[in-house]
Amino acid sequence: MAFDKVDSPGSIIERKIGQLPGEGPERGLITAPGDAPRQTPGDELGGSYFTTTFDTMVGWARGNSLWPLPFGTACCAIEFMSMVSSHYDISRFGAEVVRFSPRQSDLLIVAGTIVDKIAPVMKKIYEQMPEPKYVVAMGACATSGGFYRAYHVVQGIDEVIPVDIWVPGCPPTPEGLMYGILKLKEKIERGEIRR
Amino acid sequence: MSTLTRASAIPYTGPAPTNRLPYVPSGLEAIERRGEQIGARIAAPYVVAEPGEDMPSFIVERDRIVDVLRALHDDSDLRFTMPLDLFAVDYPGRAEGRFEVVYHLYSLKNNERVRLKVRTDDDRSLPSSWPLFKGFDWFEREVYDLFGIRFEGHPNLRRILTHEAFRGHALRKDYDPAQRWLLTEKDIARIVPEVETDDEHGEFEQVTLNLGPSHPATHGTLRIVVTLDGEKIVGAGTEIGYLHRCFEKMSETHTWQQVIPFTDRLNYMSAIINNVGYCMTVEKLLGIEAPPRAQHIRLVLSELMRVADHLVCIGTNLVDMGALTNFWYLFQPREEIYGLVEACCGARLLPTYTRIGGLAVDAPDDFLRMAQRLVDSIPKYIDDVDKLVRRNRIFRDRTEGIGQISAEEAINFGFTGPCLRACGIPYDVRKASPYLGYDTYDFDIPISDRGDTYARYLVRMEEMRQSLRIVQQAIDRGLPPGPVIVDDPYVALPPKENVYNEMESLIYHFKLIMHGIQPPVGETYFQVEGGNGELGFHVVSDGTKNPYRVRVRPPCFAIYQAYTKMITGQTIADAVATLGSLNIIAGELDH
Repeated sequence: MAFDKVDSPGSIIERKIGQLPGEGPERGLITAPGDAPRQTPGDELGGSYFTTTFDTMVGWARGNSLWPLPFGTACCAIEFMSMVSSHYDISRFGAEVVRFSPRQSDLLIVAGTIVDKIAPVMKKIYEQMPEPKYVVAMGACATSGGFYRAYHVVQGIDEVIPVDIWVPGCPPTPEGLMYGILKLKEKIERGEIRR
Repeated sequence: MSTLTRASAIPYTGPAPTNRLPYVPSGLEAIERRGEQIGARIAAPYVVAEPGEDMPSFIVERDRIVDVLRALHDDSDLRFTMPLDLFAVDYPGRAEGRFEVVYHLYSLKNNERVRLKVRTDDDRSLPSSWPLFKGFDWFEREVYDLFGIRFEGHPNLRRILTHEAFRGHALRKDYDPAQRWLLTEKDIARIVPEVETDDEHGEFEQVTLNLGPSHPATHGTLRIVVTLDGEKIVGAGTEIGYLHRCFEKMSETHTWQQVIPFTDRLNYMSAIINNVGYCMTVEKLLGIEAPPRAQHIRLVLSELMRVADHLVCIGTNLVDMGALTNFWYLFQPREEIYGLVEACCGARLLPTYTRIGGLAVDAPDDFLRMAQRLVDSIPKYIDDVDKLVRRNRIFRDRTEGIGQISAEEAINFGFTGPCLRACGIPYDVRKASPYLGYDTYDFDIPISDRGDTYARYLVRMEEMRQSLRIVQQAIDRGLPPGPVIVDDPYVALPPKENVYNEMESLIYHFKLIMHGIQPPVGETYFQVEGGNGELGFHVVSDGTKNPYRVRVRPPCFAIYQAYTKMITGQTIADAVATLGSLNIIAGELDH
């Protein structure tokens, strides 16, 4: 049984080559290059339908339309701005709808140092976000306190809220943050995050 | 030399500093002479002149400090009207007068500075300089917060940078740098804005609205509480400290060289200016000067960083007013400036490019060519935005006369930088006390006389053009040949190939890595023109590898104090526009 992984940015393919739909577990929506059109004998609808699981479908939709809430406190917030603005343009990956209200967003990007004074605020914002919600800790400070081993700095936001993706760097480059968001997308599509 | 005995520094008992040259400040006689003149003007028995190294310095009796401040402020010849900085230094070894509270004043009339020192103890409070210098309001709160020194007569003496559940005073020498205190939701400060009673609108219900700490219009973590009467703000209060990353305490636990990355993260919009400011302060203390090539590169990058700083400020300010296009326009040249920084040292936003004594690495061969490309391309972006905005009816209606502040008030609050120049005061550190050879460049200081949001926009726009003019001149002069870091084995690491092949270099390398730079005992202040105004560093050395005290004078901190006053009486939408135009950078504000 041959498995072929198609590496294209919107793809969630990991499906068997040479098998007809309905035979064995289906995980794909897209036909791999060179494949014959899918047809089942006696199928009056032709190849115009596909089967998949509901979870895969929902994961695919969620992963491709993240609405980030930038909880930007410090330097990383500037790099976040770079990522959403014209040069890097996160809208290529469907995460450009930046919302400043936690009730309208599903991805909390903690960009910057979290100090003790603002930690309860961040917790409250996280709690206000509707399910499903994901958290990206952007940069060294959000991840571990960075080089601020200090009397007023939270040593990693996982002291306060759960984190799905940690992005290293001080600050991470916009490419780095983008990679983090793509990794999160993969995680969501694989259905790994259950909360 | 008797002038080098420093009563303020703690006695040093460790091994002798390894520096060959003692710290001999330049122009010492002139400073001393001026100090005598100023001392004669005040002529009081409770003021004792101190051998100041970089500016006239006096030790004042604790109870009389306000009298001296008033005398310096009111004297028609001196006119020390601008409060620059107020901070404390802790000397726990002293029998009496453990804390030294330091005041820095500036006189626009004579372009000179003065330093006053007051010694006090745990249980003895100081008289507050409120309301003589409104600009010392938050500085006094900060000293109270971090040192526990009380100021009698201060209207609102509570913690400013740390939170309400904090115990102890963090910048005291006996405070553990990593000792944290957790804040819970019920301890969060309840801010009740002071409302001016206005009988005319008395019958309407007033609403209190919380902006921040996480709010799209604050561009960082600021908290503003406003009391509204309809759309009109009748009272406002602010709370800061949501990004207090303990810069000053962290500096004391790291070596002199290791402090440089921390300075990057103060004003992260124009990080290289911070690097330059800190490194030049330590260089001043060491009595060295960076080689011409390093200075040239520092100047070019500083000016480009200033452009980047203003680009972000204007871009985000316009977004708040609904002009999103400009944000996309202005972020593009900023990316290109970061491209140049990246080519120099590999990092974009926070480069940590300078070192004490020069630069980390030499700039690439095509440095000037890349800079020329920027100088050629950036004006188009600026002009495009200017054409869209300058005469735009909506923009002008939303900015003209909004967030206005008079020149006298701005000086009293300690404004510097574009915000002060928008009030018509042509004070710029690059002209007033030139460094990096700014006096050899031909550039203008744009000012506007209106002091409103529109004026600040215009000043920033013109400043970018002037900065590019400086860069153009620097490109035309060409990069001076030579090394980019001083040839001093006590300051700069020897070249790696020598470390592998020569005994002497190996020893110097080892000494510098293990024991660090050890500046001579002393203290000094140095200022550069940051993106937001005068960015000053005051460093105190006890001759060891760690700074005894690093004090940063963040320009935002002084400017943001006036914000509540500027927005009271205006609408809530104006408050957002005003905040954007002040360019408050949380990292710098909260150090």
